Amino acid sequence: MSASPPSPAAALPSVEEAVALGLTAAEYALVVDKLGRAPNQVELAMFSLLWSEHCSYKHSRKLLRTLPTEGPRVVMGPGENAGAVDVGDGLAVAFKVESHNHPSAVEPFQGAATGVGGILRDIFAIGARPIAVLDSLRFGEPSSPRSRFLLDGAVSGIGHYGNSIGVPTVGGEVYFEAPYEQNCLVNAMALGLAESSRMIRSAAAGVGNVLVLFGASTGRDGIGGASVLASAEFGEADEDKRPTVQVGDPFEEKKLLECSLELLERGLLVSLQDLGAAGLTSSASEMASKGEVGVEIDVSKVPLREADMEPFEVMVSESQERMLCVVEPARVGEVLALCHKWDVHGTAIGTVTDTGHVVVRDGDRVVGDMPVAALVDDCPLYDLAPAKPPQPLYAAPVRTLEPGASPRETLLALLSSPNVASRLPLFQQYDWLVQSRTVRRPAQADAAVLRLPNGRAVATSIDGNGRRVACDPYNGTVANVLECASNLACVGAEPLGTTNNLNFGNPEKPHIAWQLTEAVRGLGDACRALDAPIVGGNVSLYNEAADGPIYPTPVVGMVGEVPDPERAGRLGFSETDPTRPDVVGFAGPFRPHLPGSELAKLRGEPLPDGLPAADVAAVRAAQEAIRDAVRAGELSSAHDVAEGGFLVAVAECCLAGDVGAVLDVGASDDTDRLLFGEAPGGFVVSGPEDAVRRLAERVELDVFGRVGGDALEVTVGGERIDVPLAELREAHRALAPLFP
Amino acid sequence: MTTFGVIRFPGSCDEVDALQAARHFGEAKLLWHKDRDLGGVDAVVVPGGFSYGDYLRVGAIARFSPVMESVAEFARSGGLVLGICNGFQVLCEAGLLPGALLPNLERRFICRQLGIEVVSDATAWTAACSPGDVLSIPVKHTSGRYYVPDDQLADVNVVFRYAHDGNPNGSTNDIAGVANAEGNVVGLMPHPEHAVDPLTGSTDGLKLFESAVRERVPA
Amino acid sequence: MARVRVLVRPKEGILDPQGQAVEQALPALGFDGVSNVHVGRLVELDVEDPGQVPAMCEKLLANTLIEDYEVVEEGAAA
Repeated sequence: MSASPPSPAAALPSVEEAVALGLTAAEYALVVDKLGRAPNQVELAMFSLLWSEHCSYKHSRKLLRTLPTEGPRVVMGPGENAGAVDVGDGLAVAFKVESHNHPSAVEPFQGAATGVGGILRDIFAIGARPIAVLDSLRFGEPSSPRSRFLLDGAVSGIGHYGNSIGVPTVGGEVYFEAPYEQNCLVNAMALGLAESSRMIRSAAAGVGNVLVLFGASTGRDGIGGASVLASAEFGEADEDKRPTVQVGDPFEEKKLLECSLELLERGLLVSLQDLGAAGLTSSASEMASKGEVGVEIDVSKVPLREADMEPFEVMVSESQERMLCVVEPARVGEVLALCHKWDVHGTAIGTVTDTGHVVVRDGDRVVGDMPVAALVDDCPLYDLAPAKPPQPLYAAPVRTLEPGASPRETLLALLSSPNVASRLPLFQQYDWLVQSRTVRRPAQADAAVLRLPNGRAVATSIDGNGRRVACDPYNGTVANVLECASNLACVGAEPLGTTNNLNFGNPEKPHIAWQLTEAVRGLGDACRALDAPIVGGNVSLYNEAADGPIYPTPVVGMVGEVPDPERAGRLGFSETDPTRPDVVGFAGPFRPHLPGSELAKLRGEPLPDGLPAADVAAVRAAQEAIRDAVRAGELSSAHDVAEGGFLVAVAECCLAGDVGAVLDVGASDDTDRLLFGEAPGGFVVSGPEDAVRRLAERVELDVFGRVGGDALEVTVGGERIDVPLAELREAHRALAPLFP
Repeated sequence: MTTFGVIRFPGSCDEVDALQAARHFGEAKLLWHKDRDLGGVDAVVVPGGFSYGDYLRVGAIARFSPVMESVAEFARSGGLVLGICNGFQVLCEAGLLPGALLPNLERRFICRQLGIEVVSDATAWTAACSPGDVLSIPVKHTSGRYYVPDDQLADVNVVFRYAHDGNPNGSTNDIAGVANAEGNVVGLMPHPEHAVDPLTGSTDGLKLFESAVRERVPA
Repeated sequence: MARVRVLVRPKEGILDPQGQAVEQALPALGFDGVSNVHVGRLVELDVEDPGQVPAMCEKLLANTLIEDYEVVEEGAAA
């Protein structure tokens, strides 16, 4: 440990400045203790970032340790840039979800665009070619101009980045709820494909090896909070120099992607890491920590976008589209030549050392010197103090449907509800077909299906209804995991692994801590029960505004295996032979309830305190039965029942297949609950009668009717509901006017 | 055996898809944007994507790349050239095809499977089609609104139109693709290379690649 | 070195959806009496020979089939 500060003691920042940077006084004292002296400006900037919630997960790490992360198909687990699962024949699929919530609330277009850019870099940082993007979005009600502005900007930004870089956007979800009005959520998930043997980790290794920074030049992006450290002469007039919005450049990233993959293909790299939050500070420290080595970086060698940047600014800059790699000295020339080929700027900026320290130089001058362990491992982890709130945290939704509405009116109201209406107006702004892998695209099936070079396919889905979790953090999270797996089952996929993004409010508040604790418990239990281990994820906390926290929103993404893409399931009914119409069956251990449902929201009912527990084993058994039937090619369609319940699911099957259906669901003492209640484990299937009957041998199943005609006709308790397809379609396109 | 060359610019996105599509009918290889040598290929595909980031104006910078100088020479000497989406924009900017591509009327990126009517089979890339055929091929673009000044419209060799009132971008006369007067250079906004496999869409796009081969080796 | 601004705008008669969108958005925000809105592009450059700029426009900076350009000399470069 170096006892003498590497720069003049007069420049040392105070404890107040440390607090302004987000450290607590106790954390600052711990930094002093670990260093054996007070940190200087550069060091304090680096500690404050690495010890932030974003980098250290100090309020969530203990919880995250309870999650299942191992499984026979996991080839890379949490801790690397992305997780990965084995998909056979030496191939692996890497995937991860990340949030870009706060930047998107400031400037939705660039916030969402750079969110996509960031998750794509995570994927190619482990040597996988990005093959798909999904997104998970949350906004306030579309009746609010701000929500429409954020929605339009985020959708355009996702499209701008993904479309320009040649990675298809194949799926996603969007919900509109008042608690997201001030804190929108923009989570992006990406999948990548790699040969398992070519995947690369981020651990730095080989004392004397060279650190090469390549990609965009470094500017004052994202310095934000650290600006309190600016030296005195950096006056207010210069504040404009620090952009609050980071601008994404998909063209630069496309070159960076191709360059990185070619560097790896030629075996020129020892390790590779992207620069994300906390920029060089985070990537260099993490690489050193994982490799149990030291690193030395010379900030004067870093190519700058603005000439007069201070060393701490270079170290914490979050400029986009940059990568850091470790290269053997003899290969540096080849690496830089390949960078040149792709018109990517590459520069040697440092070396791997055996000191166990991160040393920052500015030319000859040492401007920072810290033990790697202190930076990366010694941030204190905090226990939460969870307490269930004595009264509801959230106001009841605003009523939009009168209580006496008929089943027909209710069906149309649900289909046109922003949370249920067709997502086509969003999806058609995304390139879902580039790379020629997309076997099932949005609106064709419950999950996207992407074929692989080995003749098999993977399916993927992302789900996370926050209202359910607000009603019951444990059971709501379990329901989200089950829904994701049910979506996979409907295309014939078996889950291989899970990623998650935990979007919550301030965990230092007991009620949020309770939501978080219960949700993580539900996530772990459900993933264990489904043998769908968690291979990576992200946490976004402090999503709160003056009017309260967001709905707790654990977003769950899964990747599953489809052995035969020719048999990937579809959600739409089909009419191949009108003389022998398919029958419609309703399968699964479905126990619907109305509290917390989409219909309850339309009726303005307050959120219930708790949801019924699902029989997870029974739901899993139903998923397996559906999956096997789809894989056997027995069914024409399979669709998981989600928001809006059974009748909405049937209507979605009609719309997707452009054909009607005639059903008789018998009598019920609670028609609304039967038709519109929600719960995990319900599936609408169609197919030849004998095939559907065979499925009934494995899972609870009722045959309700048949496919055909140009209307949805339902008889319930002797009463008939008859809605022409055109009327269903008109209701379902309710989001189109949001994209004029 | 016909050999297709597919150009790779920095920012190309659909070059590998075009390569795979061409391989249904012949050999295919990538041509690097910095190389002037076309490697003796029989036909050139200028693929979709966002060449050079499409900064300044779509296709504006790519047309000045070294490889495009050779492509222009190749085209003028009768070589077969197909420009798809961004490639169409590049060929227009390069003056190898008439007109220009403007931002879509709705100002948004649009990705959609559409019916594309074949107007002319008298080009190297539509010889395997018949006029009136409607091909199911996807479009995906932000700037696909084909435009030529009115006084030049009559001279344009229209090859494809959007069928069934499906014009997605407001192009003049529903034009989806055009050829030069000789018919060896064709550009279109729809993506035939994404319509070559029933598993991922339709197979109607194969006709264009098949046409190029038929043109080379008359039956 | 001279500072030069090149203003590139859609040619008259060419439908300009961006301009239309702005023209429709402004009254919604309370700005009445707005018409003839066109959205174009501004290219700023320092050049040794401003006389070359029109040729640059013809060749690269504008597509004269669809765009008009205007060269504005701003004096000596800073």
